[in-house]
Amino acid sequence: MKTRKEIESACRAAFPYTFPILTGFVFLGIAYGIYMHSLGFSAIYPILMSLTIFAGSMEFVAANLLLVPFSPVSALFLTLMINARHLFYGISMLDTYKGLGKKKFYLIYGMCDESFSINCTVNIPKNVDKGWFMFFVTFFNHCYWGIGAAIGGIFGSLVRFNTEGLDFVMTALFVVIFIEQWMKEKKHHSALVGLGLSALSLIIFGGEHFIIPAMLMILTVLTFLRKPLEKIEVAA
Amino acid sequence: MTMSITQQVITIAMVVLGTMLTRFLPFIVFPSNKPTPKYVQYLGRVLPSAVLGLLIIYCFKDVSLLSGSHGIPELIGVGMVALLHCWKKKMLLSIAGGTVTYMILVQLVFN
Repeated sequence: MKTRKEIESACRAAFPYTFPILTGFVFLGIAYGIYMHSLGFSAIYPILMSLTIFAGSMEFVAANLLLVPFSPVSALFLTLMINARHLFYGISMLDTYKGLGKKKFYLIYGMCDESFSINCTVNIPKNVDKGWFMFFVTFFNHCYWGIGAAIGGIFGSLVRFNTEGLDFVMTALFVVIFIEQWMKEKKHHSALVGLGLSALSLIIFGGEHFIIPAMLMILTVLTFLRKPLEKIEVAA
Repeated sequence: MTMSITQQVITIAMVVLGTMLTRFLPFIVFPSNKPTPKYVQYLGRVLPSAVLGLLIIYCFKDVSLLSGSHGIPELIGVGMVALLHCWKKKMLLSIAGGTVTYMILVQLVFN
């Protein structure tokens, strides 16, 4: 069967790209499970939350939301604010996720930072099915996160190895992907706008509130740069 | 625990709903069977690089330049990743090298 072979080859091609995330997610997932354990939740909470929410930093926040007085509306708004960056991911992937049928739904559902950054920048080998490749990147990441959370939730109290700083693995992954993207593109306006304005926004507004102003500033500057940047595109 | 199970389920459902709204909204507003406006197409081309920059800064949102270790271990860690990657271009080596450097710094030097 041709399709089965296609699926297998996409699965094999996708795995190496997710390997750094295997390390990062299993560790972060464990950290999340331990955290939930320390708050007094049984293992079923981190397992179900990691599989349904699947947005790393939001799940730590969600743990706190379960400990404060019941307020579903503020939970919704807080989530929208923290995860607003996904809107930019979606706009970036409108074209890439086009025409992928039912897989598209899962690809959007599982579009966490890590799945997005791989699927958005990777050069998929010509003989590999694009849809299945991106499906497996997303699916592997989803599994790592769920497995990590399960391990942490169940065995959380037994960990003795000093893991402080291990979460830097995710930062390192994003830096590598940023550099790869940088080397691929001829002009760096957009990368510099994103980096510079986000840093500026972080300095002005602080860690809790910087994302939305940063997104608005990026949008404004990129809109003003449209004419000159499109001129460069045409010339290139 | 102050919440009932039902209230917990509703709270988690709200977080799922919020997350999914942010992920699905662009695809709902600009469905693939209709032509996407030129301006949005332009954004789709330039946003990836910008948002990767945002993502890096996002990792540093809890770092304070004025207190603690002043972000020095983070800066050295990122520098290590960039250096290794420009030199060898091996993704796993760059990530492992940077992370180990960072862990040594926060566990032994800046503790």
